[in-house]
Amino acid sequence: MFEAVVLPESPSISAIHESAAPSVAALSVEDLSHSFGKRVALDHVSFTVPPAGFTMLLGLNGAGKTTLFSLITRLYSSRSGDIRIFGFDLRRQPTRALERIGVVFQQPTLDLDLTARQNLRYHGGLHGMRPSDCEARVREELARIGLSDRADDKVRALSGGQRRRVEIARALLHRPSLLLLDEPTVGLDVDSRRHILAHVRALCRDEGLAVLWATHLMDEAADEDSVVVLHQGRLRASGSVRAVCAETGTAGLPAAFAALTAGERRT
Amino acid sequence: MSAATYWYCLRSIIVREGLRFLHQRERFFAALVRPLVWLAIFAVGFRAVLGVSIIPPYETYILYDEYVVPGLVAMIQLFNGMQNSLSMVYDREMGSMRTLLVSPLPRWYLLVAKLLAGVAVSIAQVYVFLGIAWMWGVEPPPLGYLAVLPALVLSGLMLGALGLLLSSFVKQLENFAGVMNFVIFPMFFASSALYPLWRIREGSPALYLIAAYNPFTQAVELIRFSLYLRVDVTALLWVAGCLALFLGAAVLAYDPGRGFWARRGGPAEQA
Repeated sequence: MFEAVVLPESPSISAIHESAAPSVAALSVEDLSHSFGKRVALDHVSFTVPPAGFTMLLGLNGAGKTTLFSLITRLYSSRSGDIRIFGFDLRRQPTRALERIGVVFQQPTLDLDLTARQNLRYHGGLHGMRPSDCEARVREELARIGLSDRADDKVRALSGGQRRRVEIARALLHRPSLLLLDEPTVGLDVDSRRHILAHVRALCRDEGLAVLWATHLMDEAADEDSVVVLHQGRLRASGSVRAVCAETGTAGLPAAFAALTAGERRT
Repeated sequence: MSAATYWYCLRSIIVREGLRFLHQRERFFAALVRPLVWLAIFAVGFRAVLGVSIIPPYETYILYDEYVVPGLVAMIQLFNGMQNSLSMVYDREMGSMRTLLVSPLPRWYLLVAKLLAGVAVSIAQVYVFLGIAWMWGVEPPPLGYLAVLPALVLSGLMLGALGLLLSSFVKQLENFAGVMNFVIFPMFFASSALYPLWRIREGSPALYLIAAYNPFTQAVELIRFSLYLRVDVTALLWVAGCLALFLGAAVLAYDPGRGFWARRGGPAEQA
């Protein structure tokens, strides 16, 4: 549909994290539909996320982003369509697929009465990590987000931005190759927002991670990103920012998004 | 996925449940005060009203206090099972249920692990209560304290599975009051926890039938017999059967494909 994205990372780096062939997409969604009763939340959506690099999932509230995330993380299954994580079918090989995903949900999901370290340990256990390995990874990830000194504070005592960073650390604990973030900057102040975005971009660059970042804030996208535009449950465009702008004949992403989502309100 | 993977997962779910419980001291107190109030006030008041004849597993005349202790133990487990159901609903709203379910381990295993964690917490409460009851003068045979453990695991799992199943129907946190009124109270009062079944039959044959088929009655009797070093086979089969039934239904309800979430949407998806 659109030209292939130029990957900022060589595939060999992502191969360290992923044993499957590097050319396999990190995430491939094919003809995915889902409805709640009569309300169609996703309507024949197809797109892919490259095995390394930053992909923005753009959509207004109610576009179907959260439903899409719920389906990709197998909170529930779709009625029709396929989801593959690095080639592993989510329906047939859920374990292999889920092992490769790290996820930060839109709502905060940390246990406020537990410490950051305890929250991370719990997550490591859920992924079946050996306690000694888990302990080392917890230290590593807490150091990376600069919260080593707050590791034994209750999460309740941390600021919103710090909690988000802990959630990102948690999502990375089991060394996933695909990081999913559902509106991770909602409710944060400008500084925290910038900090989180820069942190995840650095991760993507340094670790060769594939990142799918859902947002309705256009200014979070950069020129070298891939974008997927979702509107009212339908896919409007996917490809590089440049390609999407060219396709819509617009000068920048905000204009392109406005053009893609204009009119056609179904309700 | 090796066996160790499953073990690490189970362990961390139990540790989390334990930590959460320790952080909620009020919950521990409430859980303990409830059966103690029954034992110290209700049982004393009823001692004279309800004469209890010699019925198995007891071999001699017993005071009402002694009769009611196994029922109160089961009550602790019933409340815990429902509290677990509450925490599932709460977790679902807070989203931490999502954290549990993104684990790559099979979902039925995650749910069973969650149940086991709840049971571990309830058993800790039960033993504290039994200790206080012992000081109160209710002294089952010493080995009974050990023999009751498997019965507690089984009945705790059964009541927890019931709570889990209910949690898949309850959408809002407030509905827990409904669960109290329509599940906990009827199950508790229409059972052999407070009065022997033959007494109920004297009062109302219809209620007797309800009480006899009440899974909670079976849990109470299983605990009562084990505590006195006897096995009530009927109760054992009932409790095991109900556990299989409730757990099977709960796993179906939480199945990603068939589950209610696929139809109604997950947490905070009203948008």
